[in-house]
Amino acid sequence: METYYKPEDLPRFEEIGQEAPELARKFFEYYNAVFADGELSEREKSLIALAVAHAVQCPYCIDAYTRACLEKGSNLAEMTEAVHVVTAIRGGASLVHGVQMRNIADKLSM
Amino acid sequence: MPDQTTIADIKPSSQAKAPDIVPFKSSLARHDLKLVRQTTATLQINLGFLCNQTCRHCHLNAGPGRKENMDAQTLKAVVAYAQRCRFATIDITGGAPELNPLLPDLIQQIAPLTSRIMLRSNLSALHQNFDPLMGVLKSHRVVIVASFPSLNLSQMDAQRGEGIFEESIAVLTALNALGYGCDGTGLELNLVSNPTGAFMPSGQEQIEKRYHQILKQKWGLTFNRLYNFANAPLGRFKQWLIQTGNFENYINKLVASFNPCAIEGLMCRSQVSVSWDGYLYDCDFNLARGLFMCGKKIHVSEMSGPPEPGTPIITADHCYTCAAGSGFT
Repeated sequence: METYYKPEDLPRFEEIGQEAPELARKFFEYYNAVFADGELSEREKSLIALAVAHAVQCPYCIDAYTRACLEKGSNLAEMTEAVHVVTAIRGGASLVHGVQMRNIADKLSM
Repeated sequence: MPDQTTIADIKPSSQAKAPDIVPFKSSLARHDLKLVRQTTATLQINLGFLCNQTCRHCHLNAGPGRKENMDAQTLKAVVAYAQRCRFATIDITGGAPELNPLLPDLIQQIAPLTSRIMLRSNLSALHQNFDPLMGVLKSHRVVIVASFPSLNLSQMDAQRGEGIFEESIAVLTALNALGYGCDGTGLELNLVSNPTGAFMPSGQEQIEKRYHQILKQKWGLTFNRLYNFANAPLGRFKQWLIQTGNFENYINKLVASFNPCAIEGLMCRSQVSVSWDGYLYDCDFNLARGLFMCGKKIHVSEMSGPPEPGTPIITADHCYTCAAGSGFT
């Protein structure tokens, strides 16, 4: 079935540099530096990336960082917890706006 | 989705589509490289394909039903070869070498001929023969190289069989109690980790640090080194890749990970592998494929010395496994 998202497009990511090579070079250099071992390990960074991939609902990122998490030694239980963390933040972000709702409702109500 | 395929479901498939990949030899040539032998320092002895486990990643299809096991006559020829060549290291593997009743004899006979004996163990086979074997292993300071693919019970049991994780922890605990893997004892315990699926291994340094930390913290265990290897797309692992639709992507990933810098340090350059029936191969993966050293069937009894430096190594597409990333030693 025709779809906007094709798995074979993921390895073509670098083609984005064809029209703006300097910007792409800077982006990929930054990207690779971000994911290198630092104060956080590559494994921890991959778990964060996996969680964020679910928040931004990017199928390419979910594919890439599921694989990366496994390769860096994470297991499915850890990865599932990471997805719950981002789900809690997303849900919490909605729910905490309920305070605004309450403030406005209080102001408008008798 | 968890993979519901059981080990019994996995059968050889004639429908395996061979991906259209660059031949390994061409990848070498593109970088002006040749894979040839250097001085042979290690004799690897494969005692047979009999194993108590039926691991999904096994390149040899080893398992409880295999009958191929080294006999006393072949063992004698192997020991004589070790005496002629005086290899620096002798690396004993299988199957599960602990299941070959000749293992203690072999160790006792080769101990005076080499400075380092390594025994590759799946831990559960060692568990079954712990008391009779540990005396011999300890007295000859045999280095134990133990399979421990994952720090996670589900991942390890999915690859190696139900209950293997907990049994492995119990054996490591017993080995530590004997001094194996503990500072100052001289009894070396190394672990081998490999991916529990169709993906590449992580960086050795990071994963070793994590293993030290988690094994110590959760079970109070210590070990010396951890080696992290990719799985070779051969035997049962190849069948699993095909059955699960991962074969083509996995091969392509290996090819894409080709690292010309890894070639110089590949294990096949400095070791010779002898099969349970006494024939010679450049490595255990070539043994699995039936690719004899020098392309011809040479019995260990015919060899007057180690293979000559400069001799070409027989290669095939599975060689991408060892040339991926930081290599395979």
